[in-house]
Amino acid sequence: MNVNFLGKQLKSPTVLASGILGNSFDILERVHGAGCGIVTMKSIGPAPRDGHNNPTVIDLGHGLINAVGLPTPGFRHMDEEWEDLEKRDFPLSASIYGGSVSEFVEVAKFVAEKGPDFIELNISCPNSAKHGMLFGTNPESSFDVVSAVKRVTGQIPVIPKLTPQALSIGEIAKACEEAGADALCAINTAGPGMLIDIESRKPILAYKKGGLSGQMIRPIAVRCVYEICQQTTLPVIGLGGVTTGRDAVEMIMAGATLVGVGSAVKSRGIDVFSTITRELAQWLEDHGTTLEEIRGAAHG
Amino acid sequence: MEKKPVMLKIDQVQCHNENYATLFFNHGIEFIPGQFVMLWLPEIDEKPYTVSFHSKERFGVTVEAKGRFSQRAVALKPGDLVGVRGPFGNGFSFDAHANVCFVAGGCGIAPLAPMIESVPGSKTIIQGARSDDYLLFKDRFSGSDVHYCTDDGSFGQKGFVTDALADAMANNMFDMVYTCGPEVMMKKVFDLCEANSVRCQISLERYMRCGFGVCGACVCGKERVCVDGPVFESQQIRTLDDFNKKALLKSGKAVTLNDYFSWRSA
Ligand SMILES: Cc1cc2nc3c(=O)[nH]c(=O)nc-3n(C[C@H](O)[C@H](O)[C@H](O)COP(=O)(O)OP(=O)(O)OC[C@H]3O[C@@H](n4cnc5c(N)ncnc54)[C@H](O)[C@@H]3O)c2cc1C
Ligand code: FES
Repeated sequence: MNVNFLGKQLKSPTVLASGILGNSFDILERVHGAGCGIVTMKSIGPAPRDGHNNPTVIDLGHGLINAVGLPTPGFRHMDEEWEDLEKRDFPLSASIYGGSVSEFVEVAKFVAEKGPDFIELNISCPNSAKHGMLFGTNPESSFDVVSAVKRVTGQIPVIPKLTPQALSIGEIAKACEEAGADALCAINTAGPGMLIDIESRKPILAYKKGGLSGQMIRPIAVRCVYEICQQTTLPVIGLGGVTTGRDAVEMIMAGATLVGVGSAVKSRGIDVFSTITRELAQWLEDHGTTLEEIRGAAHG
Repeated sequence: MEKKPVMLKIDQVQCHNENYATLFFNHGIEFIPGQFVMLWLPEIDEKPYTVSFHSKERFGVTVEAKGRFSQRAVALKPGDLVGVRGPFGNGFSFDAHANVCFVAGGCGIAPLAPMIESVPGSKTIIQGARSDDYLLFKDRFSGSDVHYCTDDGSFGQKGFVTDALADAMANNMFDMVYTCGPEVMMKKVFDLCEANSVRCQISLERYMRCGFGVCGACVCGKERVCVDGPVFESQQIRTLDDFNKKALLKSGKAVTLNDYFSWRSA
């Protein structure tokens, strides 16, 4: 199922969500081999960072809660991985984060020189006090980060990843569009939420709170994508709980061009990318329609 | 189904020596030998440990005191609460009537022990440790052909398990060798197996977070140690480029195994 996205030919409309697998060249290559259209590296930060202690990820059955805490070797300490990635034969998105506009710019400039096909701006992670979500909940700071990054990334498309915690995600999307974003990705995890173990009377996650993902947040993700598409004309990667081909159809009807897949790797395995693509193609065939025709159909 | 940690009371603590202890829980788990659980000590951390004892209503994990988490774990007392998630991973596989050999180094006997107990018929066991004190579970496999090796010769043969394996291979046609221990040791065992056309299963260790294949912390080459492993067999090991070479630190940085295992002193 070939799709064109910002001038690149993809073999599937599925995208690996940042933060899922994405830790090394070998595993990214495997995910591509499993049918994924664009694979996304784990978010890369300005300096080495361990992330939080465990427990960091808990399976809630209908989704996950996580506070991994943006671990990163730091963009300067990934030489071997960059070398491997230069030899790749698959579409790659490099996700980046920073604690300030200047840190975002520093990382973006370096990463752009490594030639990824896309750069994702993580302005939406709830799991670090200093990095992430702070930017994505405010239209002005979203504008500042995106426009500054666009100045140093040349031809490489820049895709901000948005948080559902914004008061109005449509306003953030508009600010990103005005700042020159090439596409948008929505949503990052929802919440944050908390689990307390009632026997030990302690929060389970070491960071205490964590972002929610998976099927339980899909309605939030669909609403966010719908609102974004009301406010902008940018292509959107719709992400949040997509588990089946029918979920992908729903996300595309909300206005998404591509669908991100993350937590479903847990319930359906790495082959979930080819499985969703097959189910989506089958649904379109059964209904005698096409991706283009159903895109945004719910906006009527 | 929800898979939060389940708080279990420690029923018994067996101290094997100053560095090793086994924690027992009166709790039944569905389990294949070679699988592991995540142990959670509230406000400390959560780490993976293989199940070393298993019966219908009881299981145990054997911990070597190394760093921050494991030093606390071996000091736990009966009645203390520990969070348990799992079991996770694939576990060892076995063909009926095979003539098998087990090669363990140090704490590597922990995942192998329930496998040894579940395999019927005759089997050869080669177990090594730095000294007599560190040889775990002596007398546990009394019906089998057990060879002990210690680095200092304080018990059994002085020398390495790989020397004992080479000797055993000269006199036996094994169908499968199961091994767990330091990665360099497993690499030597695997090379011996390859040279003798014997199939092999190893059990790997990497830093883990989720335990169920989504976070990517534990990748070794293209394999996720937590769900695709921790057990890998010959065919996979041949293409597992990072085996005995590379591992990811908590930050995700890929480093040599030497750097990985000197984490604590870093
Ligand atoms: C599948 C699996 C099964 C295991 N089974 C057992 C078992 O049965 N018994 C047992 O004693 N241990 C087992 N371990 C190891 C155990 O999970 C811990 O790593 C070990 O107890 C050390 O933890 P610590 O916090 O005490 O040590 P730390 O203070 O973390 O460090 C001590 C040593 O542990 C290693 N290490 C720990 N964390 C990291 C990290 N983030 N990055 C790099 N190196 C690190 C290094 O070698 C370091 O020198 C298993 C590990 C895995 C992955
Ligand atoms: S520990 Fe998360 S993928 Fe293995």
